[in-house]
Amino acid sequence: MSASSLHPGYPLVCDQLGVGLPGRPLLATVHARLAPGRFTAILGPNGAGKSTLLSMLSGQRAPRSGSVSLGGRALSAMAVLELARLRAVLPQETAVAFDFTVQEVVEMGRFPHRQLPSRHEVRIAHDAMEATGVAHLATRGVNTLSGGERARAHLARALAQIWEPRPDGATRWLLLDEPTAALDLAHQHQAMALVRRWAVEQGIGVVAVLHDLNLALRYAHDTVLMGAGRCDVGPTGETLDAAAIARVWGVECSEVHASDGTPQFLVAAG
Amino acid sequence: MSGLAVVQPFPRRVPGRLSPRAALALGLALVLWAFVWGSTQGAYAITTAQLWQVLLQAVGAVPAPENAPEYLVFVNIRLPRLLMGVAAGAGLGLAGALMQGLFRNPLADPGLIGVSSGAALAAALTIVLGSYFLPDMPRTLGSWSLVITAFGGGLVVTALIYGLAQADGGTRIGLMLLAGVAVNALALAGLGYLNFISTDEQLRNIQMWLLGSLGGARWSAVALVGSLVAVACGLGLALARPLNAIALGEAQAALLGVPVERTKRLAVLVTALAVGAVTAATGIIGFIGLVAPHWVRLVAGPDHRVVLPCSALLGATLVLAADVVARTIVKPAELPLGVLTAFIGVPLFLAMLRQFRSKV
Repeated sequence: MSASSLHPGYPLVCDQLGVGLPGRPLLATVHARLAPGRFTAILGPNGAGKSTLLSMLSGQRAPRSGSVSLGGRALSAMAVLELARLRAVLPQETAVAFDFTVQEVVEMGRFPHRQLPSRHEVRIAHDAMEATGVAHLATRGVNTLSGGERARAHLARALAQIWEPRPDGATRWLLLDEPTAALDLAHQHQAMALVRRWAVEQGIGVVAVLHDLNLALRYAHDTVLMGAGRCDVGPTGETLDAAAIARVWGVECSEVHASDGTPQFLVAAG
Repeated sequence: MSGLAVVQPFPRRVPGRLSPRAALALGLALVLWAFVWGSTQGAYAITTAQLWQVLLQAVGAVPAPENAPEYLVFVNIRLPRLLMGVAAGAGLGLAGALMQGLFRNPLADPGLIGVSSGAALAAALTIVLGSYFLPDMPRTLGSWSLVITAFGGGLVVTALIYGLAQADGGTRIGLMLLAGVAVNALALAGLGYLNFISTDEQLRNIQMWLLGSLGGARWSAVALVGSLVAVACGLGLALARPLNAIALGEAQAALLGVPVERTKRLAVLVTALAVGAVTAATGIIGFIGLVAPHWVRLVAGPDHRVVLPCSALLGATLVLAADVVARTIVKPAELPLGVLTAFIGVPLFLAMLRQFRSKV
C-alpha cells in the first residue's frame, strides 16, 4: 500500500492558501501538497473552514490569498470545462429540481465529456450506480429516496464524472464534502473503502471533509487538520493523536486498537 | 468486470413514463391532427377530400383553379392563421419550458421576465397615444405599428429586468424573479392608467389585444414570427443538456463544466425573442407557456431534451385546437383566443394533475 505514493501525476498544491469567506476573518493559511493516489481527509471543528478549503480546491471559490495549482497551473486560469473533466465534487447537499431519476442524475455527471448518448455512456452510469449500491434504484425519482440513498446516488454521479482515465494521463481528483454524513454504518465503511480503493488502484487524488475521526484513521492516508489557529498536514497516523484532538476539539480521548490493529479513539467520559 | 460477462439488460424504462421517442412521435402526431382539424373547420367548412386537393394545388402539384372558394379561403385566410398558430404555440411552449428549467420551478411562466407585460404596455401606448399623434395609423391587433412597438416593448422590459438582476458579475435568478414581479406590476399599473384615459374605441382595441387572437394573421407576419420562432427553437433546443445540469443547482452545474452565465443569458434572450414576436403579432395568449411543459414532464419525465421539443409541439397543438373552437363556437363571430386557451387548458390540466397526483 505504500506504493500508492508512487503514482505519477500532478499534486494539488496549496501555496500559502488563505482560507476564509470574503469580508470575514481569515480562518487558516494552508500550505500543502495533496498527492495523487492518496486519500486525504480534511478534519477540524465546525467553522474551521473545511468546506471553504474544499471549495477552493475545486476552483469554485477564489483563494483569499495565495494560490491553488494543478500541474503548475493555477485553478483560476483553467476553463470550467477542462476542470470538470479532471475533478468531481460531491457537496454536502444537492437539491434536485423536478422528478429526475437516479439514472438521469448520474448521467448528468457525464456532462463535461460531451458524449452523445450511447451504450458506453449508459454502461458508465450503470457501473457507477453499482459501485455505490444504487443500481436497483436506477429508475426511482431521486427526490423520493432516503437521505442516505440520495447521498449514494450523488456519489455515483461524482464517480461517473471522472470514471475514465484522461487520454493524456492527467490525474483525476475526487473532492467530497462530508460524504458519510447521511450514511448508515455499513455504507459509511463501504463508501470510504471504495474511494480509498479508487485512490490506490487508479491513482485518483481523493480529498474528503470528514467529521468521524475513526473513519479518517482507518481510511485516510493523509490528514489536513484545521483548527485552533493552525493547520497541520501529514500522514493521518502522525497528525491525528490524542494530543491533537485535545488541542483542536477540546475533547479528551484514549487510543484503542481495533482487532485488525487500526488505532481508533474513544472519547473519555466527562 | 470479466470480459466474458454477458451485458445484462438493466431497467432503463421508467414505469409510467413515455420513452423520448414515443413522446416526440405523439407530439408530432398531435400537431398534425390539430392542423388537419383546423384546416377543415371554420366559417367556411372544407371537407378532408377538398383539403387534399387544395394542398396539392397549393404546392403546385396540381394546377390551381382560378376562383374555387375553398382554395381562396384556405390559402389566403386559413393557412396563414394555422401557421401563425403553430408558431405561437411552439414559441410559447418552448419559452415556458426554458423559463421553468432556468428558474428550477414548475410555476415559472415566460411572463416572469417581463416580455408579455412590456409588449402589452407598448401596444396600449401605441393605441392611446397613436390616436393623438398619428391619427391615420391602423391600431388594431395585427397591424404593423402594433407588432413593431409591442415587440420592442417586450424586449426593452426584459432587458430592464435582466439588468436589475445583475450582481457580483453574474445574473442572480432569485433577483430576476423579484425584479420581474416588481416591474410587471409597474407595467400593469401603466396599462391600467392607459385604460383609464382611453376612449371607448381605444379601450376596445386594448382589450382585444390583451385577449389575444390569430385573426389578424397575414402571410407577411407569419413569415416574420415563424422565422423568429424557428431561430428561437434552434437556440433553445441546444440548451437542453445545460438546463438538465442546472436542475442540480447553478453551483453544481458550474462544477460539471456548464457555462452557467451563458446559458442564463441565452435562455432569457430566446424567450424574449419567441414570446416577444408571438405576443406582438397575436396579443396575449396565456397559459400555454405554463401548462405545456408541465404536462410533458408528467407524461415523459423532466429531461429537457424531451421537454423542450415536446413543449413546443404540445403548445402548437393547444393553440391550434383552441383557435378552432374560438372561430367556430359562436360563428360567424369569434371568441378571443386567450380566453379559450384558459377555458380548454385549465380543466384538462387539472384532470391531469388529479391523475398524476402522486408525482406532483
